[in-house]
Amino acid sequence: MNDLTPDQTARATALKGMGSSRKRVEDARFTQGKGNYVDDIKMTGMIYGDFVRSQYAHARIKGVDTAAALAVPGIIAVLQAADLAPLGLHWMPTLAGDKQMVLADGKVLFQGQEIAFVVGETRAAVADACELVVVDYEELPVVVDPFKAMAAGAPVLREDLAGQTKGPHGDRIHHNHIFRWEVGDKPATEAVLAGADVVAEEMVYYHRTHPCPLETCGCVASMDKINGKLTMWGTFQAPHVVRTVASLLSGIPESSIRIVSPDIGGGFGNKVGVYPGYVCAIVASIVTGRPVKWIEDRMDNLMATAFARDYWMHGKIAATAEGKITGLWCHTTADHGAFDACADPTKFPAGFMSICTGSYDIPVAYLGVDGVYTNKAPGGVAYRCSFRVTEAAYFIERMIEILAIKLNMDAAELRRINFIRKDQFPYQSALGWEYDSGDYHTAWDKALKAVNYTGLRAEQATRLADFKAGKTRSLMGIGLCHFTEIVGAGPVKNCDILGMGMFDSCEIRIHPTGSALARLGTISQGQGHATTFAQILATETGIPADQITIEEGDTDTAPYGLGTYGSRSTPVAGAATALAGRKIRAKAQMIAAYLLEVHDNDLEWDVDRFVVKGVPERFKTMKECAYAAYNQAIPGLEPGLEAVSYYDPPNMTYPFGAYICVMDIDVDTGVADIRSFYALDDCGTRINPMIIEGQVHGGATEAYAIAMGQEVAYDEMGNCMNSTLMDFFLPTAWETPHYTTDHTETPSPHHPIGAKGVGESPNVGGVPAFSNAVHDAFRSFGLTQSHMPHDHWRIWRIANQLGLHE
Amino acid sequence: MKKMHIELTVNGQPMETLAEPRELLVHVLRERLGLTGTHIGCETSHCGVCTVDMNGKSVKSCTVFAAQANGATITTIEGIAGADGMHILQSSFREHHGLQCGYCTPGMITRAWRLLQENPSPTEEEVRFGMAGNLCRCTGYQNIVKAILHAASEMSAKEAAE
Repeated sequence: MNDLTPDQTARATALKGMGSSRKRVEDARFTQGKGNYVDDIKMTGMIYGDFVRSQYAHARIKGVDTAAALAVPGIIAVLQAADLAPLGLHWMPTLAGDKQMVLADGKVLFQGQEIAFVVGETRAAVADACELVVVDYEELPVVVDPFKAMAAGAPVLREDLAGQTKGPHGDRIHHNHIFRWEVGDKPATEAVLAGADVVAEEMVYYHRTHPCPLETCGCVASMDKINGKLTMWGTFQAPHVVRTVASLLSGIPESSIRIVSPDIGGGFGNKVGVYPGYVCAIVASIVTGRPVKWIEDRMDNLMATAFARDYWMHGKIAATAEGKITGLWCHTTADHGAFDACADPTKFPAGFMSICTGSYDIPVAYLGVDGVYTNKAPGGVAYRCSFRVTEAAYFIERMIEILAIKLNMDAAELRRINFIRKDQFPYQSALGWEYDSGDYHTAWDKALKAVNYTGLRAEQATRLADFKAGKTRSLMGIGLCHFTEIVGAGPVKNCDILGMGMFDSCEIRIHPTGSALARLGTISQGQGHATTFAQILATETGIPADQITIEEGDTDTAPYGLGTYGSRSTPVAGAATALAGRKIRAKAQMIAAYLLEVHDNDLEWDVDRFVVKGVPERFKTMKECAYAAYNQAIPGLEPGLEAVSYYDPPNMTYPFGAYICVMDIDVDTGVADIRSFYALDDCGTRINPMIIEGQVHGGATEAYAIAMGQEVAYDEMGNCMNSTLMDFFLPTAWETPHYTTDHTETPSPHHPIGAKGVGESPNVGGVPAFSNAVHDAFRSFGLTQSHMPHDHWRIWRIANQLGLHE
Repeated sequence: MKKMHIELTVNGQPMETLAEPRELLVHVLRERLGLTGTHIGCETSHCGVCTVDMNGKSVKSCTVFAAQANGATITTIEGIAGADGMHILQSSFREHHGLQCGYCTPGMITRAWRLLQENPSPTEEEVRFGMAGNLCRCTGYQNIVKAILHAASEMSAKEAAE
């Protein structure tokens, strides 16, 4: 090595590999208006489609008069179920093993359901024509409450399932019942409850809401009749799965279908599912031979695609008088709406709700979930969450608080004495998961210290005394949460979507001059994959991140993968990337050995080069190896430098964190002022701290929205009450809190680079932290449970019901 | 519906097109003039992803009729960068990680561009209030606010130096 060779640290820094807060490569185009989102696509001859939607939540369709619509200049067709039936496309399978109407087949089951698809030359003509389609409805009784739906005389919603006592997830016990899913040991849990010192019991409702990305769902379908190839661009979080579904539904071979996810304007789970608009656009393109664009408007989006949550969680938690938890029981009534279109791995009809023992060492537990049909939109997607983990975390973190009240204990201390200890990992939970790693006590102590927890409690006590003395009308709430996530779905042996194992993939090509192209089965929706996956490869291969191009989302070029949702990209595709990088390095080592005329084992890896052990001046850089791979005949080696890896994770990863929210509540107005929000995340190895912090800010803000005001509610008639941004709460910069982020780092022992995933943690942990703060403010007045969202009116009502306005 | 002749000055260039009077400015910009940097996110003028600058004011182009915009001077995200490259706001959004999916970003930057002309050295509170018409689902605003405050000080420093 001579004086001109930069030292190791300088070379490593120049790579911008793992651990670097590398600026994002995506930003140059997004900041200059040069992104390419699906609605930006313009094609010669492109036409437009839009839906006529049901005004009613439950009605028989007696007739649809399309004459006036068809008379609008530029209208080409109005498709109905009868037009799709000969193709077998008037119904489609859902991700949950149910089926869903593409267009209303005789009846409608929720407000906003698709009845007819109008196709025309311009958007304006299509909008005009949709208004002119006359639907003759016969109203039917509406059920929006899942408990009423399960009553003996409840209206039959799914007539197509008449007489079917078995569903894809076992027995159906009622005509509006979908499944019962049970985990754990029910008799043992009930025995513990019966003999416990203390049992706290509560119904915890996690209300229905919606991911609501700023870009709605949409697609452009283009059937090329000359070469028989169907190309579809769309807002797909899982493009390969869409290709497989499209092939199974249409009979077109997968080799003749190309699915492309261009830039996606946020997903948050909304864009995982397959929606009627995609099917209708494909059919319309096949019929007309022209590209067909379908883009939702905001009302379509909020009313019809992909709600989240809507879980009624009845809990019982048992403990000793000293506060050691001895058992947990939960029965959940899950409102799935009109069709079971939940986006969960096949064997998990309630997702990973069974992570509901949380961060605690609970010896025995039981979870039962009943899925129920109602006259509400289908969906049940994981809104910034890994398959119902948010519901599970909210449930256990509320139950802990409720137990603390019952025990008259400090809720921070109650958590501490029940945490799974560091030496217990890998930890087998009572509901069947093997937690890979964790250090909860360290994180918790760090968090409590950072916010000066003791000081906050003292201040709260003073405030309470002042309130009772009539000196203030403000109360202070301290919201605690210690969450454990379960992400990175998942091991193929028990995780699949429509039969496709939930592995993921990476394919790398190193070019002769030492730069690289890597393609993955995932697709970024804002997570910055083009930036971070290049960092993983930079560290693994010694090629600077700036010389690595990352491509995703085109099924003609990317290797098969299950896509991006449930915080699975880094745990699964990130692992594939690292392992593909190691394959590159292994071959490069053989090349280097040949060039240096030494044995492979005589070389050691040094940031970006192979060095002959003990002879530092003799080395070959990765760049030199790449060139040699293409210009030298190396005995025993194929030319070229490429690798592919399909990664089947051996286990899930278990990120965790400690969040603490402090708020001041005006008892007379119900206004909650978030004074501070501290978020400590442990996502294992950190690839790009800047991006992690951004994910935490964003996820916590979605949590703030959900906890403090965002909902999709229905009236008794089944009218959707929150179908525009006038009444669906998305926080602005003005009310959004300021966040303080922190971290500990406990690498995953089974992941190639120790990374666990972070995108959803702040939503999973944030919702209980905000909600617990509201509850905590009123704890001394006897409040145990009040359902979210905690908007001003509901907080005012809590105060009112507790007699604080008298 | 009979089309009308619309003339606009967009990003310094005179442009003309035929459009139905009921067409929205955002549709004219995106579909007729090919300026797809301006996005659509709602129909109720809440989200702000369609924000453009019209005659010196920020407007939500989904609630302006093409007919109302006739004769106007418009700046869109495509007109923010100068001949010498990205505007300070654009580089500051990148530097401070003020964007993720990028969908709100053009509206955010176009609004911030006007905000900093209205108030060249805003406080954090003034930035948060002045940007409240633009929603973001990804960032939680913290880094957007940081990016705008940083751009403001950098722009002031640059002006003082000139």
